[in-house]
Amino acid sequence: MQENGKMPTLSEKPPVGRIFGGDGENGEAKLTASSFKTDQDIRWCPGCGDYSILAQTQRIMPDLGIPREKTVFLSGIGCSSRFPYYMNTYGFHSIHGRAPAFATGLKTARPELDVWLITGDGDALSIGGNHLIHLLRRNLNIQVLLFNNQIYGLTKGQYSPTSEQGKVTKSTPYGSLDHPFNPSAVALGADGTFVARSLDRDPKHMQAMLKRAHAHAGTSLVEVYQNCNIFNDGAFFEFTESASKPFRSLFVEHGKPLLFENGKKGIRLEGLKPVVVSLEEDGFSVDDCIVYDETSRELATIITRMFDATMPRPFGVFYVENRPTYDQQVAEQMEEVLQKRGKGSLASLLNSGDTWEVQ
Amino acid sequence: MELAIQKPVTSLDEVTILFAGDSGDGMQLTGTQFTLATALALNDLATLPDFPAEIRAPQGTTYGVSAFQIHFGSKDIHTPGDDVNLLVAMNPAALKVNLHRVRKGGTLLVNSDAFGKRDLDLAKYTENPFENGSLDGFQVIKVPFTTLTYEALKPYGLDKKTMDRTKNMFALGLCLWMYSRPIEPIQKLIAQKFAKKPQIVEINTTVLQKGWNYGETTEAIAVRYLVKPSSQLPKGTYRSIHGNEAIALGLAAVADRGDLDVLYASYPITPASDILHQVSGLKHFGIKTVQAEDEIAAVGAAIGASFGGVLGVTGTSGPGLALKMEAIGLAVMTELPLVVVDVQRGGPSTGLPTKTEQADLLQAMYGRNGEAPVCVLAASTPGDCFYMTYEACRIASKYMTPVILLTDGYLANGAEPWLIPDVETLRPFASPFVTEPNAMVNNKATFHPYVRDSETLARPWAKPGTPGLEHRIGGIEKADGVGNVSYDPDNHHFMVKRRAEKVQRIQQEIPTTDILGDPSGELLVVGWGGTRGAIEAAVSNLREKGLRVSAIHLRHLNPLPPDLSDIFKGFRQYLVPELNNGQLVRVLRDQYLLNFIPYDKIQGQPFKSSEIEGKILEMVSS
Repeated sequence: MQENGKMPTLSEKPPVGRIFGGDGENGEAKLTASSFKTDQDIRWCPGCGDYSILAQTQRIMPDLGIPREKTVFLSGIGCSSRFPYYMNTYGFHSIHGRAPAFATGLKTARPELDVWLITGDGDALSIGGNHLIHLLRRNLNIQVLLFNNQIYGLTKGQYSPTSEQGKVTKSTPYGSLDHPFNPSAVALGADGTFVARSLDRDPKHMQAMLKRAHAHAGTSLVEVYQNCNIFNDGAFFEFTESASKPFRSLFVEHGKPLLFENGKKGIRLEGLKPVVVSLEEDGFSVDDCIVYDETSRELATIITRMFDATMPRPFGVFYVENRPTYDQQVAEQMEEVLQKRGKGSLASLLNSGDTWEVQ
Repeated sequence: MELAIQKPVTSLDEVTILFAGDSGDGMQLTGTQFTLATALALNDLATLPDFPAEIRAPQGTTYGVSAFQIHFGSKDIHTPGDDVNLLVAMNPAALKVNLHRVRKGGTLLVNSDAFGKRDLDLAKYTENPFENGSLDGFQVIKVPFTTLTYEALKPYGLDKKTMDRTKNMFALGLCLWMYSRPIEPIQKLIAQKFAKKPQIVEINTTVLQKGWNYGETTEAIAVRYLVKPSSQLPKGTYRSIHGNEAIALGLAAVADRGDLDVLYASYPITPASDILHQVSGLKHFGIKTVQAEDEIAAVGAAIGASFGGVLGVTGTSGPGLALKMEAIGLAVMTELPLVVVDVQRGGPSTGLPTKTEQADLLQAMYGRNGEAPVCVLAASTPGDCFYMTYEACRIASKYMTPVILLTDGYLANGAEPWLIPDVETLRPFASPFVTEPNAMVNNKATFHPYVRDSETLARPWAKPGTPGLEHRIGGIEKADGVGNVSYDPDNHHFMVKRRAEKVQRIQQEIPTTDILGDPSGELLVVGWGGTRGAIEAAVSNLREKGLRVSAIHLRHLNPLPPDLSDIFKGFRQYLVPELNNGQLVRVLRDQYLLNFIPYDKIQGQPFKSSEIEGKILEMVSS
């Protein structure tokens, strides 16, 4: 049979560059951050917050102790979803909003793989909202990094499902009318078993969150506030820049009181309502503040709902719950059935039910 | 068994019976049990259930009628039967809806207890059909099924509801008697089915026996019939099989025979849900199932599994296929194996969910953005669903391509006797995975995901977990060979042609096309999918009458078999019967530039062979 449409110019071209970069390949030297870099030119805009998330991810990978070949980065569509091309692991850049569906199939089929899902606010919460909530309720053992920049970047600047109401964009010249989602609250509402929030401009915090997410057995959702310096520059500066960060950001840690503004202020519960108290002026002490418990769904609900200008914005691990993972349960059920029924025999399956002979 | 035959017995070659009643009357069960008795009597047979979309439509109404048709005979049986010899009608609605299907002179066996004024009103009969002459020309047998069942069950002191539910057994017993079928196998079946409920077994077998005995004693029925065993069935062990069941067995065969694990992900949809029900019971064959949150998630999970080195399969019907198309395009671009089963139903939109149609062919062929060719297969009988499922999985993994397998509501729910295959005869699967790097870059062994096999043009399938083969794929166009993101204009042109050529090369897998009849003649009927039985019955019949007609039935629709051009040369006219508005006919006209004549039926019902015969006669005599 003849090959049609042959274009010799192309097949004669040498392959472009290397596929694998760095050291640490196939039991060579120890893995480093650069072991996880590819030879591909990174095509995000200069100054994009995505660079930091990629760098922190590559930095923590060697510490996780998972071989590159057992790691898969999977994504949907959007600026963030180019991420897998830059990670020297197995990678799959899928279609808009559906990454949780691909991840569900992949992790169910191959539970031994370490799966990371990269998504954005539009990808995860708009077109892929349905898949995200079902991923969370099923609790597959994967990590979800949700890059939240509160804007559509790749389609050049329309408002997103996390954009604040009244946002003036190309598609909303008179201001957006949609009420925004608070991704961490959505994750908690969908019975996510690990919910955390971090910031692109706080590398150490992000690294800690990524490691905690990886250590959790279940779907770990890390929302990362990420600056889009082209279409939504400075959206999170009040939380990330040193002039305002101490006043506007609250870093929660398990077992520690909720304090901010360098310990001068804290969060106290009045009934079910969190209120800001001054430890210097109001006569309150650290003992009056909430001691955070990341296993408390109630506290997690209160903390993730702190979302307006009157309260500092919380960051950290909000909620951790130990619940069996979907992939583990599938494997267990398969094993149970196998034990009970023995390995299936095709011949007896085909011959099951009522049969008769024609002589 | 010794039949105590006291009444005269008339021998028949073939018979069609239609059991019809209210949704709650148990007609599907009655039909299935009569089918088993018929199979055990070694007749060839075909069945067709016909049930309403509503789960429990209001009792007694015409839209709540549930029916089961069986055609059996001592000769080859291709279809569930054109015209009905015996209609068993449990209520006026069943009679009203189905009377037009009964041939002139046919028999109506009706439950005379169910023809009160209220029953007639529910069926919207303004006059009693027994009294207004509308049943003239039929042989009407009125049997008070309800009263007789009540009498039979008097000693048990049961409530009315339970007794009402048992009257179908009276009808079944009587039908078994009418067609000289033994009742022991059915008694055995009931005992097995309700093993934990001895009272249910007892009352059902009692009523069944009473129905049989009624035949012996009543004066209303003067003749019994006998359909002798078929002499044309090949030797071997048989079972009854539905199309959806056969698909599940096909997947079990793949998991058993291939070096491949299987994951089946699906979202419930009529008439494909039964595949999920069946496959979810096959965990001990290593098949995992996911009931996804929607159609898109189902195909996504299947593709995710395929990326992971486990063959992803999804099943759906027309509306679901539409939702899956973007993801199927991703599988085209990433060149991952994927099997999508589309059990076609009446469309567009929600259409006729429980009725059959063949209107998704063009959707399967062309329904994606961009140049996105996939392999399209179609099963032609319920039993063929087994083989085509196996073939779809084999092609998908060998050619690294999505395969859409088309079946339809008629194949899914229809049943036929199936010669159980010897598993050793199935073409084995070679291990499709690569384990070694395939390129050198800067003196370092590396893996390029788009280097193709020279015979199949398939790209290599590398399982995550394999060291040294780490690679990235995705929906953006990739450079030939190396597989990096590429916006190069020449590369895109080249890759579009390559993907098309790869799918075209699946022609290598297609066996020689079987011709029913001579390789040349006046007219060739070209069919595909579930219309096979009707076409073959029509063509065989006309050939016996001396007409120079032949038929071929296509199971490979993209690519088409390589020998069609030569076959077409032997005929003067071409007829393409389809249960749609003309779809294969367009594909054939496009590829062969010949005058293919369409013949369509878009009623949610399969072809009758007489309809196709009529069309052929019209064409050859004009």
